[in-house]
Amino acid sequence: MIQVKNLTKSFEGTPVLKGISATFEKGKTNLIIGKSGSGKTVFLKCILGIFDADQGDIIFEKTPLSSMNLKTRALLRQEIGMVFQGSALFDSMTVEENIMFPMKMFTNSSYEEIRDRANIVINRVNLINANEKLPSEISGGMKKRVAIARAIVMNPKYLFCDEPNSGLDPKTAILIDNLIQEITQEYQITTVINTHDMNSVMEIGEKIVFLEDGLKKWEGNNQEIFKTDNEAITKFVYSSEMLKKIRKLYLEEAK
Amino acid sequence: MAMKLLTHIGQYALMIQKTFGKFTKWNILKNLILREIDDLIIGSLGIVAFISFFVGGVVAIQTAINTDNPLLPGYLVGFATRQSIILEFAPTFISIIMAGKAGSFITSSLGTMRVTEQIDALEVMGVNAYNYLIFPKIIALTLFPFLITFSMSLGILGGYFACVTGGFSSHADFVEGLQLDFKPFHVAYAFIKTFLFAMLLATIPAYHGYFMKGGALEVGKASTISFVWTSVAIIIANTIVTNLLLT
Repeated sequence: MIQVKNLTKSFEGTPVLKGISATFEKGKTNLIIGKSGSGKTVFLKCILGIFDADQGDIIFEKTPLSSMNLKTRALLRQEIGMVFQGSALFDSMTVEENIMFPMKMFTNSSYEEIRDRANIVINRVNLINANEKLPSEISGGMKKRVAIARAIVMNPKYLFCDEPNSGLDPKTAILIDNLIQEITQEYQITTVINTHDMNSVMEIGEKIVFLEDGLKKWEGNNQEIFKTDNEAITKFVYSSEMLKKIRKLYLEEAK
Repeated sequence: MAMKLLTHIGQYALMIQKTFGKFTKWNILKNLILREIDDLIIGSLGIVAFISFFVGGVVAIQTAINTDNPLLPGYLVGFATRQSIILEFAPTFISIIMAGKAGSFITSSLGTMRVTEQIDALEVMGVNAYNYLIFPKIIALTLFPFLITFSMSLGILGGYFACVTGGFSSHADFVEGLQLDFKPFHVAYAFIKTFLFAMLLATIPAYHGYFMKGGALEVGKASTISFVWTSVAIIIANTIVTNLLLT
């Protein structure tokens, strides 16, 4: 579990996060949603420790990030898996080498053990016949799978995904969303996903935090999002006529 | 402007400090160093050989043409060619060429890694990205003096061929000029500054690539800026070292 308490962050005097508190639960897909420029990425980077927050704290299980020394932070980072928006695979390495990389860096396991573990996660994310391929030789969907495999190869406690299905066709996007949700439940990981994809919100939003102008404006799940009267979230989520109709139908059915 | 320059210098110094911080495992680092030696040193042999041989030839021909006076000794061409190549052409001119070739390669490869979030990925994993990415380049470029030795040899050889085959000087005169008043310290001076240039060549382009902001277009811009600043740094360092060691 990750608890964020009253987090603030400014850049050159411009406040980007204005005191956000949230709890991200273990074994659940926690979504951070909001418009572009709402502070989602900065929020995620503060949780990851890439940016230092001005005020507030981030508590991993029971340990505040601010109380961790460099060594403890380095150990924490080995418990974190991250799926970047553009996958961030290492160009010069094959798919298999990319997935083996964190284990080679941080474990003393033999090459065979590392390769076996890599192949377990490769099978888990359904990557077929791609081990020896370079990232430039595989599709966007496969790249996301490789990124997920690399993120989970060390059995992380926390998984962060920055817009994991951006640039993917709707079918592949849903497959990736479902894969992340399955992995989250299977390995009991605390997963935090940064997205503005409404399909993801509806499909896997077990916990949703909505940000607007650096403030948390709403919190709930993918069922509550249909029922809420909160103006900020309804304006954001039901911006299209189609989604408004879906909401209407859902509410009529619920009656 | 001055504040901005100071910020860059401070950030550069911190980058160097972090590069020698938490070290990557040796069995991984070893492969990275070998790959950088291949990319930066072995991969530059061809262009260095080509330029050194022909520029050495041109230096010798120019010297011969401009000292075409019966009162001047015949060995002067060999002597001037040797001095020009050992003292300036090989260490400084080749370093500036390398700022274009290896420096741009370093900036663009790190810049691309920055743009595609590969550096962020390393940092999130807990890898000391400075050490992982920059340290192998520094170590690979410690072999830069070997490249300069190669350049010196081929430059002098090019001068010899151009002069002797072109009839500007005889074999005996050219060789006499090469051996005349030879000071081993001049070679040491060339290597001292070459080593210094190698450090600038590894770190300034790395700085411009590592801290690059923006997208693909900015990778190209960063490479150009990195070439300009590396060249400026090499010229300034050359002036300082020459003043310190030869005057």
